Amino acid sequence: MRYVIIGNSAAAVGAIEAIRQHDTENPITVISDEPHHAYSRPLVCHLLGELVDEERMHYRPPDFYEQLQVEPMLGVRATAIDTQAKTVSLAGGGTVAYDRLLLAVGGKPVVPPVAGVDLDGVFTFTKWEDAQNIDRYIRDKDAQSALIVGGGLIGMKAVKALMARGLRLTVVELADRILSTSFDHTASKLAESILRRASAEVITGTTVKEIVDKDGHVDHAILQDGQVVDCDLVIFGIGVRPNLDLILPEPEKNTGIEVNRGIVVDERMQTSVEDVYAAGDCVETYDIILEVERPIAIWPHATRQGHVAGCNMAGVEKTYEGGFPMNSEDIAGVATIAVGLTAPEGQVPVEHLEEYEIIKRYDRAAQTYKRLVLHRGRLVGAICVGDIDRAGIYTGLIRDRVDVTPFKEHLLSGSFGLISLPKEYRKHMVVGEGIIV
Amino acid sequence: MKRVYVNEEYCIGCRLCEIHCLVQHSQSKKIIKAYKEEAPQLMPRLVFEEEGPLSFAMPCRHCADAPCLDACITGAMHRDEETEAVLCDEDKCVGCWMCVMACPFGAIQRNLKGTKAASKCDLCYGEEMPACVAHCPNEALTFEER
Amino acid sequence: MSLSLLPPEFKIIRDDARCIACQVCVRQCANDVHIYDPEDDWIYSDYSRCVGCHRCVTLCPTRAITCVRNPLDFRANANWTHAMITGLHKQAETGGILLSGMGCDQPQRIYFDHLLLNASQVTNPSIDPLREPMELRTHIGRKPDRVQVRCEDGKVKLDTQLAPQLALETPIMFSAMSYGSISYNACLSLARAAKQAGIVYNTGEGGLHPTLYEYGPWTVAQVASGRFGVHPKYLDVAAALEVKIGQGAKPGIGGHLPGEKVSADVSRTRMIPEGTDALSPAPHHDIYSIEDLRQLIYALKEATDYKKPVGVKVAAVHNIAPIASGIARAGADYIAIDGLRGGTGAAPTVIRNNVGIPIELAISAVDQRLRQEGIRNQVSLIAAGSIRNSGDVVKIIALGADAVYIGTGALVALGCHLCQKCYTGKCNWGIATQDPYLTKRLNPNIGSRRLVNLVRAWSLEIKEMLGGMGVNAIESLRGNRDHLRGVGLNEVELKALGIKAAGIG
Repeated sequence: MRYVIIGNSAAAVGAIEAIRQHDTENPITVISDEPHHAYSRPLVCHLLGELVDEERMHYRPPDFYEQLQVEPMLGVRATAIDTQAKTVSLAGGGTVAYDRLLLAVGGKPVVPPVAGVDLDGVFTFTKWEDAQNIDRYIRDKDAQSALIVGGGLIGMKAVKALMARGLRLTVVELADRILSTSFDHTASKLAESILRRASAEVITGTTVKEIVDKDGHVDHAILQDGQVVDCDLVIFGIGVRPNLDLILPEPEKNTGIEVNRGIVVDERMQTSVEDVYAAGDCVETYDIILEVERPIAIWPHATRQGHVAGCNMAGVEKTYEGGFPMNSEDIAGVATIAVGLTAPEGQVPVEHLEEYEIIKRYDRAAQTYKRLVLHRGRLVGAICVGDIDRAGIYTGLIRDRVDVTPFKEHLLSGSFGLISLPKEYRKHMVVGEGIIV
Repeated sequence: MKRVYVNEEYCIGCRLCEIHCLVQHSQSKKIIKAYKEEAPQLMPRLVFEEEGPLSFAMPCRHCADAPCLDACITGAMHRDEETEAVLCDEDKCVGCWMCVMACPFGAIQRNLKGTKAASKCDLCYGEEMPACVAHCPNEALTFEER
Repeated sequence: MSLSLLPPEFKIIRDDARCIACQVCVRQCANDVHIYDPEDDWIYSDYSRCVGCHRCVTLCPTRAITCVRNPLDFRANANWTHAMITGLHKQAETGGILLSGMGCDQPQRIYFDHLLLNASQVTNPSIDPLREPMELRTHIGRKPDRVQVRCEDGKVKLDTQLAPQLALETPIMFSAMSYGSISYNACLSLARAAKQAGIVYNTGEGGLHPTLYEYGPWTVAQVASGRFGVHPKYLDVAAALEVKIGQGAKPGIGGHLPGEKVSADVSRTRMIPEGTDALSPAPHHDIYSIEDLRQLIYALKEATDYKKPVGVKVAAVHNIAPIASGIARAGADYIAIDGLRGGTGAAPTVIRNNVGIPIELAISAVDQRLRQEGIRNQVSLIAAGSIRNSGDVVKIIALGADAVYIGTGALVALGCHLCQKCYTGKCNWGIATQDPYLTKRLNPNIGSRRLVNLVRAWSLEIKEMLGGMGVNAIESLRGNRDHLRGVGLNEVELKALGIKAAGIG
């Protein structure tokens, strides 16, 4: 019996470790188009920012594959899957047969069709290779300034990296404010002021129309509203979407694997084709707050989904209950956390808005902000800017759908903690065995 | 696996557990030296809470199914094979605080003045009994298997 | 408001080289003696409020604090002592009765320290308690005048019906301390320890908390003049009943629990309103003669179907011998006598220090009188009033007691440092308080363990002393005053105790 995993990041490692917990005999093959030992993409910005060295990039010890008896095929691209014959075709010829297959292929960066997008000096910012390329470009061209397209989480990561390299930065965001999917209006404005204080420029309400070069490399960009931004390089950090290259376009690829916005999986992480599983940024999964299926590309969910998939592949029943967005991001040195449904005013239909209650605390002197979103008495979202201590307690309350009405007044107090929670819930948490994300 | 359990009925709010946790994780392991010379880079790894006469200090639960292990992007958070404790490799940690966001007990703290990494209970790795349990004057903290 | 003349009683000495400003002392002092200054990051002490309980000294992780008597000297005066002067100043300021906790602390003669025990040498061999059975088991209750037996099938059977007895594994019992004067955790510690050690504890005049009913078989329920908490279930669960006429710390007056200590739970257990002072009247208002006492004793016996011993507790006063004789004849199964040094949660200092007589003299008088009258078997005698160690236990039994009650001793085992401020309700050790911040400090698991350790340690020592005397059962020691000799006592005292002087015969 052979397990084959396409992909080599969070979901893949989660699956490998889960499989090996239950099955130490049958072979596992990992196929990844990147030549590196498993690493975490969130760390790419640290690599570019020279905050970690190459060794610290690795997610597991150097002998990981050896220890867990995994055959790594690194730097090898999978090009097609034959779900009837149960084989994976590789670039350059060759196939690998599988009994159970896991698609852990992650996401692909979104790049709009803007003029000049193929110029030397325009980059996306997801992979290790991207960090290496950008680093080389900065050195070779002595880059002093950069334009970052996208004021979301990926854009912020690019800001973190390039700020550490000392570049002058401009962030351009199409929405009327940065971080519009994870923050509310106040938190976004606060984030913008933090960036400005750190000498980054923030332009909202528009995006790039054209990138112009001079002498073969990037010189400036023209925005849709006409503004001109001088920059030595451009980074597209708009977002990622599930990587469906092995499945789409449909008739040609002929896998039979159902996709929607992402690969469709059941609660055992199996796709519509038997013995083919999928996990991580490439799938669409159940958002337990919004109660819809959608891609939620978050590292902890990928790890967990990989784990669940691995268990089921090894014949051990396990289910994934779903998740919700959660992000911890450093904005110019200020820690921020956003969990769950943070801004219903932009994210739910207007007729349902009255079911939501917002409580918040903005401390101007300390420049900290906390906002909690309640839906019919239950906590569904939390934003913390500046003061993120013990924010995980909010995450736990959201996940467990706890009715917080009895202690609502305490939620934002300085002394909020487990002591504010009902005693029985607290005791259950302490004495209960495992916690599922 | 043995874990530290807290009985909030007997916690007297003296916070000696925090003091001894800090000393245990100091360089010198001597209380006066640790406080006078090594602080404030050190922090205790239990979280103490108090409201009126009710108080307790809780360290990491070393959950059998730990959210922080899923959340850690560097692999710094790992489970020790021998003791089954969840440990943080503070040299590998980059301070992304995903674990702070994931832990439903709020048991992980940011050591901003010292290592700049995540700080949490390690069950006093290598010792027979965690320092907090050994020094609780009222036996509010116990080290047991349940 | 004019200046207070009261100086601090204690002085805190803090070694700043060792102090790490951890603030444990600040948090643990119920009197707010230690104060943290966040600006300078250091701790200083306002020791005018210090009562000398040593909580901070004990908990300080670097042993940076010590507490000494405030070295404030008055001109030497053997008559007007420092304590006299300060006490008078206090009364001039408050116009009130001076209160104290715990027992008489004045230098009255301690007869225990003048009694010496015998040991076997040559004529009568000692017994090794590790190799031969040593009986400490004691039965409290009325013993019959004569015992009638018959032989049946080669076995001896008892015909005489025995009065109900209280069985103790060792002649030590926990004295009466009410729930209210001490915390619930302290009561629970006593109850658990009594069960584990096979002895009993006494509810005192506070009634019995329902969660302690499970310890009923190891409980003596007290019926005091305020009749707090006395209801049918209370009498039903207990192993024995005790009518409290008086106690050694404050003979002649009733109990006093200040309103601060009457919490919701205490009020429910005592059946009185919350926050009010619980004052027991001086006499039982239905006992004005010895006949009335007899009536109450038998009312209690009737109510409990004659199944449990009913005893009477009195303070040791001048005519204790005829009083005891009267009580025995009134039908009591045992008499508990509480001497001058007996402890309390609150008593007027002047009464605590000046009223009553030492237990050693009282027991001797009562034991000798009852033997003279030929009725010694009708009651057991329990001695109380500062039994401080196993030596005191052995001596008082030799003077005539069947067993002892320990009160102060038990509390010291739980952590008490005898600061004598029980009446303030701020006991830093969680014993004599109802404040929830403080009662947590007494973990009943630890408390009961310490009490059991104490009883065990004393029992082992008693066995050693008995073995040394060549005696193998505690019964053989009772009233066996020939095992005692006096030192530094005059003839009158020797006669009162009924013992010889050391060195003579």
